[in-house]
Amino acid sequence: MILTSVTDRSKYSNVWVVAEFLSDKIQPVTYELVGAARKLADKRSSKVWVVAMGSGISQQVGSLFAYGADKVIVVDDSRLSGFIDELEADVLARLIGKYNPEIVLYAATARGRALAPRVAVITNCGLTADCTGLDIDPENGDLLQTRPAFGGNIMATIRSSNHRPQMATVRPRVMRALEPDPDRTGEVIHETVEMSDMLKIKRIIDVFHSDETTVNLGDAEIIISGGRGMKGPEGFELLRKFAAKVGGAVGASRAAVDAGWIPYSHQVGQTGQTVQTKVYIACGISGQIQHLVGMQSCDFIIAIDKNPDTPMMQLADIAIVGDVFEIIPEIMNELSKM
Amino acid sequence: MKIVVCIKQVPATNEAKIDPETKRIIREGLNSILNPFDTYAIEEGVRIREKFGGEVIAISMGPEKAIEVLREALSLGVDKAILLSDKEFAGSDTWATSYALAKAIEKIGDVDLVICGKQAIDGDTAQVGPGIAAHLGWVQATYVMKVEDIQDGSIKVRRMREDGYDICEMNFPAVITVLKDINTPRIPSLKRRLAARQAQIPVWKPADIGADTDKIGLDGSPTRVVKTAPPPAKKNVAKRIEGTPKECAEALVRELRMRSII
Ligand SMILES: Cc1cc2nc3c(=O)[nH]c(=O)nc-3n(C[C@H](O)[C@H](O)[C@H](O)COP(=O)(O)OP(=O)(O)OC[C@H]3O[C@@H](n4cnc5c(N)ncnc54)[C@H](O)[C@@H]3O)c2cc1C
Ligand SMILES: Cc1cc2nc3c(=O)[nH]c(=O)nc-3n(C[C@H](O)[C@H](O)[C@H](O)COP(=O)(O)OP(=O)(O)OC[C@H]3O[C@@H](n4cnc5c(N)ncnc54)[C@H](O)[C@@H]3O)c2cc1C
Repeated sequence: MILTSVTDRSKYSNVWVVAEFLSDKIQPVTYELVGAARKLADKRSSKVWVVAMGSGISQQVGSLFAYGADKVIVVDDSRLSGFIDELEADVLARLIGKYNPEIVLYAATARGRALAPRVAVITNCGLTADCTGLDIDPENGDLLQTRPAFGGNIMATIRSSNHRPQMATVRPRVMRALEPDPDRTGEVIHETVEMSDMLKIKRIIDVFHSDETTVNLGDAEIIISGGRGMKGPEGFELLRKFAAKVGGAVGASRAAVDAGWIPYSHQVGQTGQTVQTKVYIACGISGQIQHLVGMQSCDFIIAIDKNPDTPMMQLADIAIVGDVFEIIPEIMNELSKM
Repeated sequence: MKIVVCIKQVPATNEAKIDPETKRIIREGLNSILNPFDTYAIEEGVRIREKFGGEVIAISMGPEKAIEVLREALSLGVDKAILLSDKEFAGSDTWATSYALAKAIEKIGDVDLVICGKQAIDGDTAQVGPGIAAHLGWVQATYVMKVEDIQDGSIKVRRMREDGYDICEMNFPAVITVLKDINTPRIPSLKRRLAARQAQIPVWKPADIGADTDKIGLDGSPTRVVKTAPPPAKKNVAKRIEGTPKECAEALVRELRMRSII
């Protein structure tokens, strides 16, 4: 809604998180968003609410309290199985109108990026995409949203001062979840789907789970990632062996994906996945900004490159100067000795 | 079938500058290209027309220079092109952009299908497609990797999800946003290119599409870019390892063990 007066503004309170489900299973990004929401809510002296929409999900919401939620609105309905954009948007917009949250956070996933803009238009709100930073302006309580744009070449700070709620999407693995506290509890509110939400919707015919279209790099602790320096599909064969040896996953730069050496689902970066693993080993990746934005918050970064002066070699915790085809087999040798 | 393809002109390079006053991108003087994802949207629209008949109309909102991408769309096979251009549109965020495009689609009339790219490579939000659908009150499917079938006023598409894909069916009118997987765009023939150069492209103003001026441009945009800055500086100085491959490997494994990583 557009705010017209100061009293209008005080009508809105609490930070909402729209829980992310895939095949009716709660996704880790939800806990990350709850962690971010907790910090914002504490600064605003307000509460964290989670909206959970799905089918047969009621049993899963208890964990949300442990991660920092105060209240959970559950809309558990078999019609919410699978992602029907129109239905979820109408349900959510109705709940927003009923409870007047001040801030609403969504996961910047395929589902969240389809749902959030639809809700933003229906509720007449601003929406900031793919935020990497969220904070409260101490002066007026506005949400300050920071996001990369132009392929990561600039960071923009965005606010929606005259509209409530303020909405933002956040990519998985950008925020960190809080340590769960099993003793924390909260309140569950049950809401339902109404006939008016069902007027114009799509039909989901089938769902396919395939390993080929998605490689969930985020689940790995170690990523071995290759770039143009890997020279061809054979280079990636070497990386696969390396990854198998350390129990890691294989990532790639866009140059390698565009060359057809490895499917897009492995791409790390602005137009690929964002990862935050314990270890990231970049092999023959120069480290252009579009790649760096996808991996720079990994805990420990190792780069192997012939050229000692690339951005990746500067960013890395350990930079090995040399030929990947000579060094990787030696590393595998060393590891075998252990 | 009547299909509208929404296309955006984007800066080709990374040298983009930001207007300190409006905090929006200064587009003048930059090399500009058709947003890469939108080439796939155009191709899909043209393929659907080739199979099912009808017409494909490309629309773009932007400065006058954006006429270039509309000419490119014509050379790639669309039947008509329309530019939305006026200073009142300037500074629109995704809410206001999708409102203006929705009004233009209403004005075109009897549209069955709107096709957008997955996202624009400058703003990068992927919000305009669903925004258009919401303003029109239409159904939507985003991240479409394949159009499976079209018949009896409905479309069946394959949508990418994090763990695979789904297949869903929607009645027209509908909005879809497409991924690069969906097709391989054609190369325009010289003849088409020449014809596109001559084409008359109408320019619509807010009044032409009945747009409420409170809902377009900077004033109609709920979001404000209040600050832009370079990305945060990188954290540290790398520990460099040099030597023979064997020495490098030994040194690395030693480092990793010392830090209890392996
Ligand atoms: C809008 C936009 C979005 C983008 N999104 C992404 C994205 O999501 N992800 C992404 O990765 N990129 C993205 N890019 C592309 C990005 O700008 C770079 O072009 C790309 O990351 C370069 O890939 P690279 O580092 O593998 O290749 P290069 O830059 O060519 O680097 C190859 C490196 O390998 C080294 N090398 C070569 N041979 C050997 C050898 N035998 N041994 C050791 N080292 C060797 C070279 O010294 C060099 O440093 C995007 C670009 C744009 C414009
Ligand atoms: C640094 C910066 C950050 C920004 N961040 C935000 C933000 O977080 N939220 C926000 O609401 N706005 C934001 N904006 C404004 C936003 O870039 C513009 O509203 C822009 O007009 C459309 O958004 P997009 O480029 O993200 O397009 P996307 O939504 O990514 O585009 C998707 C598709 O919509 C169609 N499309 C998009 N624009 C047009 C057009 N002008 N004409 C025809 N078709 C089009 C194309 O098919 C395109 O492939 C930002 C602008 C800047 C400069």
